Amino acid sequence: MKTKSNIERLLEKGVFVVTSECGPPRGADPESIRKKGSLLKGVVDAVNVTDNQTSIVRMSSLSSCLILKEMGFDPIWQLVCRDRNRIAIQSDILGAAALGINNILCLSGDHQIFGDNPKAKNVYDIDSIQLINTVKTLRDDGKFLGGDEVKGKPELFIGCAENPFGDPFEIRAMRLGKKVKAGCDFVQTQGIYNLEKFAKWMEMVRDRGLHERCAILAGVIPLKSAGMAKHMKKNVPGMDVPDALIDRLSGVPKEKQAEEGIKICVEMIQQIKEIKGVRGVHIMAIEWEQKVAEIAKAAGLSPRPQA
Amino acid sequence: MIVGNRKSMEEILEMVKPYKKVLLLGCRECITVCAAGGEREVGVLASELKLSRAKDGQEIEIKEFTLERQCDFEYIDQIKPFVDEYEVIVSMACGAGIQYTAERFPKKPVFPAINTTFLGVTLEQGLWAERCQGCGECILHLTGGVCPVARCAKSLFNGPCGGSSGGKCEVSKETDCAWQMIIDKLKGLGQLEKYEEIIGVKDWSTSRDGGPRKRVREDLRLQ
Repeated sequence: MKTKSNIERLLEKGVFVVTSECGPPRGADPESIRKKGSLLKGVVDAVNVTDNQTSIVRMSSLSSCLILKEMGFDPIWQLVCRDRNRIAIQSDILGAAALGINNILCLSGDHQIFGDNPKAKNVYDIDSIQLINTVKTLRDDGKFLGGDEVKGKPELFIGCAENPFGDPFEIRAMRLGKKVKAGCDFVQTQGIYNLEKFAKWMEMVRDRGLHERCAILAGVIPLKSAGMAKHMKKNVPGMDVPDALIDRLSGVPKEKQAEEGIKICVEMIQQIKEIKGVRGVHIMAIEWEQKVAEIAKAAGLSPRPQA
Repeated sequence: MIVGNRKSMEEILEMVKPYKKVLLLGCRECITVCAAGGEREVGVLASELKLSRAKDGQEIEIKEFTLERQCDFEYIDQIKPFVDEYEVIVSMACGAGIQYTAERFPKKPVFPAINTTFLGVTLEQGLWAERCQGCGECILHLTGGVCPVARCAKSLFNGPCGGSSGGKCEVSKETDCAWQMIIDKLKGLGQLEKYEEIIGVKDWSTSRDGGPRKRVREDLRLQ
């Protein structure tokens, strides 16, 4: 064990892990994050906390992680390269570890043009792959990027994201290979709707032996309606929503579409579980956290092992 | 070349509002090539300014003059004989030229008529695009001749991010994904193995982050 991470412990035991996420609130009220947390209690093994996702200003990811930690969760602290330079990043990593955070997810971050401050300057001093390597260097070598020795290494289980549906497809497994080489311990994928393409990506991942060097958690996003599916297909870059799925949702009355979306999600998880090399699932129920328990139960993923 | 864009008429009018005698100064270098601040654009802006001011009953006298370059005192000095006849200089050079003109005439207000935008190329007549950010440490040999600093919206050294879709950037469907281009080029060259190498953390001290930069060629200096 490299860390005290709950998911590292479970993955080592061979447990198929379940993670989900909490988006911090657009305000300073800790209750809203506690409320979201309460919906996930006992349902997941770890919970991601997003870092100003879609570049909209929210409560800081680290603060929200701490609130969830107080509730007994093992949070996965998401950190994007958009807003911090290498000085702030290294400093925050040490701070997070000191506060008992055990997991970090290293991301580039959405471009600020999508958020509420499109006129902001972005940082991108380092990119997500360099960030993975920065955490690994701090943790395993006990060295700062500047070369000095770290007194008290940050013991963080290092995660990253990868989008099997981003273009160009042919390098997507290769890119995960770069992340593994940089030092990531686990990866959470973009939400999967195109199972065939995901299976193809997993084949490329296995050909490179990456599934043995890094735990692959498959991402799923339950659809609330045919409208949401169409929106994702059309407007969310790097999202692959097959027409057959949209047709299936459109085929049921509007008031039944959410239920159908849950059903699709559960089926997806069951099929994903059968793919060799997948070691867990990451359920991203966007502003729909109350459905995670239902999805996990229907997919045969509850109860969770004791933390 | 350095590419720029002329400021709006309203903004320029506001700047010169208190003045009646203006020296409008163009440049024959890059800013002429990108059709923003050459002799022709100086003429157009002068006519527009005169017309607008005449409409408001605020006559304005404008001298049009276009220098070989505004980034060399040698040329800037050509306006010395008559510069004092004007209250203000409105420069149509790039940001470097505007500043150098201002530096040469410390007592004269010098205003920009151009927003300097990027180092770029002519894609076709009337269309220019960014190619370089002058970061001071070129890695084009590693990236198939496509610069990730200037052409990736996140300046990623190990892209593409998850937002690359159909060869386009997540920021805009009008923008090509730099990393798609890098991969296509490397593939064409039979060098895709270069993609598997992680590009390490960049030294930004050679860029603007290290403070204003200078270049010295000792062998060319006079003393």
